[in-house]
Amino acid sequence: MSSCFQSLSDYGLRSIGFGERLLPKSDITLCEQFVLIGSGMIWNIYFAVFALLLGFFFATVLALGKNSNLPLFSAPCRLFIFIFRGSPLFIQFFFAYDLFVILPRLGFDIDLGFLVVTVETRWLTKAWLGALIVLFFNTSAYAGEIFYGALRAVPSQDLESADAFGFTGIKKFRRIIWPTMLRLAWPSYTNEAIFMFHATTLVFFTGFPAWQQKGDAIYYASYFADKTFNPFVPYPIVGFYFILLTLLIIGLFSLINSRLNKHLPTNERKRLRFNKYNLIR
Amino acid sequence: MFSYCVDPKTLEGFMWLSCYVTTAKHMSFYFSFLVVMGLLSLAAPLAMAFGFAGATATRSSLSILRSLGKGYLAMIRGIPDIVFFLFIPIALDQAFEYLRHKVLCSDVTEPIRQGNDFVVCASAKLPLNTASEWVHDIYGFSLALLAFGFVFGAFAGNVLSGAMAAVPKSQIETGEAYGFSQRQVFRRILIPQMWIYALPGLSNLWMILIKATPLLFLLGIEDIVYWAKELGGIKTGVYEYPHPDWRAWYFGVLMIFYLSLTYLSQSVLDKISARLSKGQATMAGKAG
Repeated sequence: MSSCFQSLSDYGLRSIGFGERLLPKSDITLCEQFVLIGSGMIWNIYFAVFALLLGFFFATVLALGKNSNLPLFSAPCRLFIFIFRGSPLFIQFFFAYDLFVILPRLGFDIDLGFLVVTVETRWLTKAWLGALIVLFFNTSAYAGEIFYGALRAVPSQDLESADAFGFTGIKKFRRIIWPTMLRLAWPSYTNEAIFMFHATTLVFFTGFPAWQQKGDAIYYASYFADKTFNPFVPYPIVGFYFILLTLLIIGLFSLINSRLNKHLPTNERKRLRFNKYNLIR
Repeated sequence: MFSYCVDPKTLEGFMWLSCYVTTAKHMSFYFSFLVVMGLLSLAAPLAMAFGFAGATATRSSLSILRSLGKGYLAMIRGIPDIVFFLFIPIALDQAFEYLRHKVLCSDVTEPIRQGNDFVVCASAKLPLNTASEWVHDIYGFSLALLAFGFVFGAFAGNVLSGAMAAVPKSQIETGEAYGFSQRQVFRRILIPQMWIYALPGLSNLWMILIKATPLLFLLGIEDIVYWAKELGGIKTGVYEYPHPDWRAWYFGVLMIFYLSLTYLSQSVLDKISARLSKGQATMAGKAG
């Protein structure tokens, strides 16, 4: 048991660069596999949480843009959604990484008048930023399409009542359209969030290098599978972590769902039911 | 390819490019597009078979079969598909070799797992060390295909079991009232009626199957991603056709390939769904 605490302190934060520098090479224990793969989950959570948080707002913009009557707004939004939904995320990672690599290395200055910001393009080739940008665009496109569908499904009576009460512009959107859109989109959006967490496992299999062997859960799992030549331990461990994570997401999203449905009479509330999910992104 | 390609160093412009894109390696690159198409055309029916088996199992009267089926359909919700793509080929490979070892080399007493090694006797190796290159390729491809069938079978199973649940109960009760057995109800009433409910889900599944094909690269197959990396990398003067880092261009080509594939599929699927909903008592059917 003490050796287990030892591996926890050695490898618990290994994926972000603390603790033992070398990965276990021989006599790999079950504890080490559990701890190191768990440590890799930090990256999966980091990527998914930030991509989803940022993507949520961009997706709303995309949905409104796609719904716009002006082709000037709707055409670019349509194109963006089509490109990111129509091509594999795996290829998007490769493409983006190689684009980032051939960008000028040094970075360029942006003159804001009162201060000069230097944009360091070399950070783009690092996973923490480059892969996050790809995931952010990807989830924005998928969620944008979901929100667009929900936006089209907002009942016209809601809009008429809003007009009758003299709501216009921002106020009408914020008080009437947006909450209903979210409520209708929420089951699909929960699904999208789950798949975003799953998609983060692709990052370190594409161009983005795992610098100093700081990788995500599946990076360490495939490391162990290669070293021990036994896939039957590390991959089920990854599966275990992801099932826990998925249950956590569902718990969290159903709390938000009940908040979104609070104003409805009980029999009209939509409960998030796990087995009713539209499973596929 | 062309007669003037003998000394590429002397060529320029279009002539150089025409020679460059017809090298033997580029031919392998083009062939790998066919591999992707082959995988798609084989994985889709395989996934349907797995999915159909899974969905049928969830409705079985045996509780063991039922929970097996439910577990199979549920696992894909919690665990990322890449885990299965990495796990299944190597696990299957080891399982096959283990079984062959037990049968073919029963006289060997040493354990198969020795520390960090997996040791089977030479005649149990799959494929045999003496087998030619193409056997290894086919074997690797078949393992990949099985992994695709298994994962997408779980997706398809979810769609199909949803569709089976969507068939109106009264239809089934009518069948029972006419004295159909369970099997007959399943075959004559449930299956023919579920397809229209399954169609949107299956179209969606086809799209994600297309978008999952580059994952072949993870399974060690020389697919389009492999060749794009290989051909696009910096080629110094020692190569026949030196060029800087062109990987972004190659992956750009792959993006366009996939975008056109999904776009084409979408328009075909839209046509099919319009055709199938003609005359149906649904909103789409009435509109047309």
